[in-house]
Amino acid sequence: MSSDLPAELTQDQCSFRDVVARFMTDKSHPSEVRRLMATAQGFDSVVWRQLCDEVGLAGTHIPQAYGGFGFGPVELGIVAEQMGRHLYCGPFFASTVMAGYAILLGAEEAGKQALLPGIALGSTIATLVMDDLNRPENVGKSLVFNGETLSGTAPLVLDAQNADLLIVIAGTTDGLCLLAVNSQSAGVNIMSLETLDSTRKLANVTFNEANAEKLGDVAPTTLDKLWDHICVALSHEMIGGAQRLFETTIEYTKMRYQFGRPIGSFQGLKHRCADLLMELEFAKAATHHAAQCLASDGREPYVASMAKALASDAYIEAGRAAIQLRGGIGFTWEEDTQLWFKRAKSSEVFMGAPHLHRERMMTMLEEMA
Amino acid sequence: MKADEVRREVEAWLDAHWSPDRTLLEWRNILVDGGWAAPHWPTDWYGKGFDPVQMAIVRAAFAKKGAVGAAQSGPSGLAAETILTHGSGDQKQRYLRSILTGENAWCQLFSEPGSGSDLAGSSTKAESIDGQWIVSGQKVWNTSAHHADYGILLARSNFDLPKHQGLSYYLINMRQPGVEVRPLKQMNGHASFNEVFMTNAVVAAEDLIGGEGNGWAVAATTLSFERRGFSSTKDSSSLQGPRVGQIYDEFDTEMKIANEPYTWYPQRQGRVDLVIPRAKATGAIKDPAVRQEIAKLISMHKASALASAAAESRRKSGTNEVIPAGSIGKLAASVIARQASHVHTMISGADAMRSGTQSAESGMIAETLISTPAISIAGGTDEIQRNIISERVLGMPKEMRADTGPFRGIKRNE
Repeated sequence: MSSDLPAELTQDQCSFRDVVARFMTDKSHPSEVRRLMATAQGFDSVVWRQLCDEVGLAGTHIPQAYGGFGFGPVELGIVAEQMGRHLYCGPFFASTVMAGYAILLGAEEAGKQALLPGIALGSTIATLVMDDLNRPENVGKSLVFNGETLSGTAPLVLDAQNADLLIVIAGTTDGLCLLAVNSQSAGVNIMSLETLDSTRKLANVTFNEANAEKLGDVAPTTLDKLWDHICVALSHEMIGGAQRLFETTIEYTKMRYQFGRPIGSFQGLKHRCADLLMELEFAKAATHHAAQCLASDGREPYVASMAKALASDAYIEAGRAAIQLRGGIGFTWEEDTQLWFKRAKSSEVFMGAPHLHRERMMTMLEEMA
Repeated sequence: MKADEVRREVEAWLDAHWSPDRTLLEWRNILVDGGWAAPHWPTDWYGKGFDPVQMAIVRAAFAKKGAVGAAQSGPSGLAAETILTHGSGDQKQRYLRSILTGENAWCQLFSEPGSGSDLAGSSTKAESIDGQWIVSGQKVWNTSAHHADYGILLARSNFDLPKHQGLSYYLINMRQPGVEVRPLKQMNGHASFNEVFMTNAVVAAEDLIGGEGNGWAVAATTLSFERRGFSSTKDSSSLQGPRVGQIYDEFDTEMKIANEPYTWYPQRQGRVDLVIPRAKATGAIKDPAVRQEIAKLISMHKASALASAAAESRRKSGTNEVIPAGSIGKLAASVIARQASHVHTMISGADAMRSGTQSAESGMIAETLISTPAISIAGGTDEIQRNIISERVLGMPKEMRADTGPFRGIKRNE
């Protein structure tokens, strides 16, 4: 049960995973997660600096020309998987994954050179602002760029209250574009929101004729590609969390005695665990494959949505089982299961709920056939 | 032997010996004598001790030449491998050659009406009387028993020992008065199996295999070969070339008989291949509810294949870990077939009330809808798979047992 990764991983990738895992085990204990989730900022700046300076993770998938490691979606997935497993609290997903990918895929050269090095070093904390987090085709309906300034509202933005730099996808009279906005600029209003998963900080961001610098045009195919890349990283985060929930739940059923026997000896529980293992193995296989596809030539484009749907469903199911098999204690604040359950629910709908991704993959499959 | 040498050797031998104008039996005797009927077997017994890689080269060379191989019906193969593993020199001498040549066909006599999932609960009785074994009892799910000359038989030689210890394994002649074979018709109309009734059937003393009381260990060998796919459907379509000559007619007839029990197996798996074409042809693909279900099906189907491939490459890398993806394949196939059946039903709508060659896909959809329940049972029920996964992969504690002590005292259906 120890291996969460396919045999296709190279020796270097396995070593990289072990480094990340060690860091996360040290720095993201559940007690630390609980401390941070109660704060407004939601992360520890010192740990973030260590993560960037000592391990260099903020530049995982950013090319070396822009100050990063130059790894790809597979290595980024390795990091996300460990972060999901340990429920790491920090701006990694907003800044490195979302803003990083948006600039890599949507900005022209000058923008990449200006912005990526700061993100890769972690000295700049960025986030990606989109006015819809459900469907790519809905993006750019509310946020509008008139050539000089940006106006409109994005109701849900990850870690915006911690961001120095807002990377925005906005509509124009001529399609979508990618913008850079300083979060301190006049006309930018960032309002923190109460969140179901308090380890994942969200804000409402409103722009009122804010100054914005255009980084490039965003064709619909580019947005789809960006959406896929983010969803695959998110899927890794989800399978990491789901695997952790699963493992701790199995262990619990072996040590908890009722009716004079370990509850894990009851078939009713065993069969549920066997089904869950299958669901989890499907989600893991699909996610690892999706990352390999992104890393190579983008063949089988539907697998990104497939992975997101499978990983979302598996994580929710793992969360439900984790509570149910623990009985009453599973529903308490004290038991750590609640932390992952809330992350599972939040992840399920972030970047498109499973049914939307299933619809999206069907559209792609029809186009392929 | 290196790959090149194997290829050269097998090609040279085929060039010198292969001819489609012999009878099947003549050719297979030549094959056996040359060591090419079962090259993966040891050199003492008709083989060359080849490994799977070398075997793949041999198979490719035979296909390229269009050359027919050894007889390979499923149950006969299981019998051969079991005899090779546990049999005495005398038993190997008497039985192996005629399996390879196809002169004798075998069937498997394991399951009983009272011992399906609980295979070790076999209550077919074998008594040692006057230097031979007298067998009485009923077996079921016996593929090809109606064509079989011999059977591999699991029976109870001692009712006073605990259940796994009282079993013995026999090689039984099916062509005798005490053995009656009746076809077993399934709910989908096919009769792919038989029931076998034994009434004071006779087994010679020298046809006990593996020793008295060792039946369970010998059966485990048979089952492990079965799980490795030795009994799966074979076909002759891989043979290239013009296929002209009397040997092909004989071979095709043999294949037709061997494959007859398996014609509905693709339907049992749900016919996932037909889902998107049918959804498009009928317009069901425009229905958002159907689209959701198709997407779920394709996700499971694809992810299951990916998980198996990942497990396979991990196995090849020589890891010692327990590989979950391998164990879940059987359960996955059930879930996929069920979902495929559900989707085909949605696509058909009221038309799913029909069956027969005039119905959708020449009746294959109707056959799918009434065949998929079998896949959750055959070869180990879903429930048994879940027990195996939870106990062996996840290490969850075993169920408490109610079948310890002498077999005679265990509650069972009479």
